[in-house]
Amino acid sequence: MKRIYVNEKWCLGCHLCEYYCAFANSGSDDMVKALKDIRIHPRIRIEEKQGISFAVSCRHCAEPLCVKSCITGALRADNGVIAVDKNKCVGCYTCIMICPYGAIMPGVDGSVVQKCELCTNNAFGEPACVQGCPNRAIVFEER
Amino acid sequence: MNYVIIGNSAAAVGCIEGIRSVDPDGAITVISKEPYHVYSRPLISYLIYGKTDEQRMKYRPDSFYEDNGVKAMLGVAVEKVDYTKRRVLLENGEQVPFDKLLFATGSAPFVPPMAGLDEVKKKFSFMKLDDAKVLQSELNPESRVLILGAGLIGLKCAEGILRKVKKVTVVDLAPRILPSILDEEGSEIVRKHIEEQGVQFYLANSVAQFHKNTACLKDGTELEFDLLVLAVGVRPETKLAAGIGCKVNRGILTDAHCATNLPDVYAAGDCSESLDITVNQQRVLALLPNAYMQGETAGITMAGGEKSYNKAIPMNAVGFFGLHIVTAGSYDGEAYVVKEGSNYKKMVSKDNLLKGYILIGDVARAGIYTSLIRERTPLDSIDYELIKEKPQLMAFTAAERAVKLGGARNEN
Ligand SMILES: Cc1cc2nc3c(=O)[nH]c(=O)nc-3n(C[C@H](O)[C@H](O)[C@H](O)COP(=O)(O)OP(=O)(O)OC[C@H]3O[C@@H](n4cnc5c(N)ncnc54)[C@H](O)[C@@H]3O)c2cc1C
Repeated sequence: MKRIYVNEKWCLGCHLCEYYCAFANSGSDDMVKALKDIRIHPRIRIEEKQGISFAVSCRHCAEPLCVKSCITGALRADNGVIAVDKNKCVGCYTCIMICPYGAIMPGVDGSVVQKCELCTNNAFGEPACVQGCPNRAIVFEER
Repeated sequence: MNYVIIGNSAAAVGCIEGIRSVDPDGAITVISKEPYHVYSRPLISYLIYGKTDEQRMKYRPDSFYEDNGVKAMLGVAVEKVDYTKRRVLLENGEQVPFDKLLFATGSAPFVPPMAGLDEVKKKFSFMKLDDAKVLQSELNPESRVLILGAGLIGLKCAEGILRKVKKVTVVDLAPRILPSILDEEGSEIVRKHIEEQGVQFYLANSVAQFHKNTACLKDGTELEFDLLVLAVGVRPETKLAAGIGCKVNRGILTDAHCATNLPDVYAAGDCSESLDITVNQQRVLALLPNAYMQGETAGITMAGGEKSYNKAIPMNAVGFFGLHIVTAGSYDGEAYVVKEGSNYKKMVSKDNLLKGYILIGDVARAGIYTSLIRERTPLDSIDYELIKEKPQLMAFTAAERAVKLGGARNEN
């Protein structure tokens, strides 16, 4: 299946992916309204230090430890895409404890978790972070 | 092939999903004395609290048994296993034949003898959905609840009921709360937080004698209560397995494939022991992720596939009244401790490996630490000083990151 891959050599550390992610998950169709003066909670996060930077988001593992460990059954793999059922999640953070990439994080108010769910349901058919990356440091590919 | 699973919880579900990943056709029968569709046991406190309900706490969708071709015999206990004739005998007289058997019987509450306990009319365990339902029906805004046991189950119960009752008091023999997962300092931070919510603790103390609705503690304190919750300890359910000659220590002994010493018989979850790689010892790791992964390993093995469960460690993620705690591994080794406000971090290393950690408050990306323990990553292969600051992939080499994030293949 297609997954998100990053190439840190091309990452500019511009954080645009974070903004595109936050916008895609805001439910709004106006980027300025959705993000202006708001502390964003993107599901993709840039790590950076001394000239190195790269984006981290869910790997959609073939053997997802988070799904196996989820105590409620809220995390499920659907055709390889791992998504969280916010209705079932109680925010115990077991998935945060187990994800080796640190790619699952508390949602806005902490009562449930959030993660990249590969938002491909848009005009481009690829996740918003990939669309928004100006340097193709984030790609959506079958490998 | 005819698979029979005794128990209907996390380990059983792991086993079913494991079997079905290899064998789409074999007959699977699940037998459980609890009369419910598989539910998430840890959610019983959230049920009382009101954060979930019976429908949402189902661990798998309503169609789970049907989707997986499982015959579910719910609300009936297994009385005995006849290993020679390869069949399971139920309390209602029915017999169920098997080719491969899994014990996924979990654990049962353990209540030590206490003087006068018989006189207490309203006493409860806090292990099952039925326990939660009964307790919930007895609670009212005037209730004074006494909980024995300041471990995970007792404290989760306290959190679940606190807003529904007048008073919650917790008594424990140990001098600190959550002694099996927290060190002294961490334990104190969490205790203070829980006390601030209104829970009262009597630690390093115990009930010397019950007189009806009064508990007389060892130090002379007399506590009046209306309801008593017993959360002192749990014991692996090993009776059926021991009865057919499975080797049992505290839990049923299993190898890395979750096989017992008897051919065709497997065990997974809270009823069994697994090898804790941080101390290299067999232990009961009574945790849901462990139960699922053991069950899955057993299922794949039972169906003829290849799978080992060789990364077991104790690990807990738990929150109380908004304060999050994540712990993993064991704490024998060189400790690195940081305390900042209500955040607490302890990392313990030994022999060039991370052995354990405690995070309280800020638990972001804790899984990066957990994976260092599970994968036995040599600490000199990463920037340990950097990762001590906070969990981050920056601490790995660029080549390792290319594998983790860039889809590069690992050479070894
Ligand atoms: C209040 C509470 C909170 C918890 N919180 C957490 C948490 O936050 N994180 C975590 O990781 N873990 C938590 N746990 C532990 C977790 O629930 C267990 O580790 C997990 O449920 C173990 O699953 P299991 O499949 O091994 O067995 P169990 O869930 O114990 O299920 C055993 C099953 O076997 C059946 N059974 C037993 N004997 C027989 C018999 N003779 N005949 C027929 N059926 C039988 C029982 O009816 C039951 O369905 C919590 C537990 C409790 C009680």
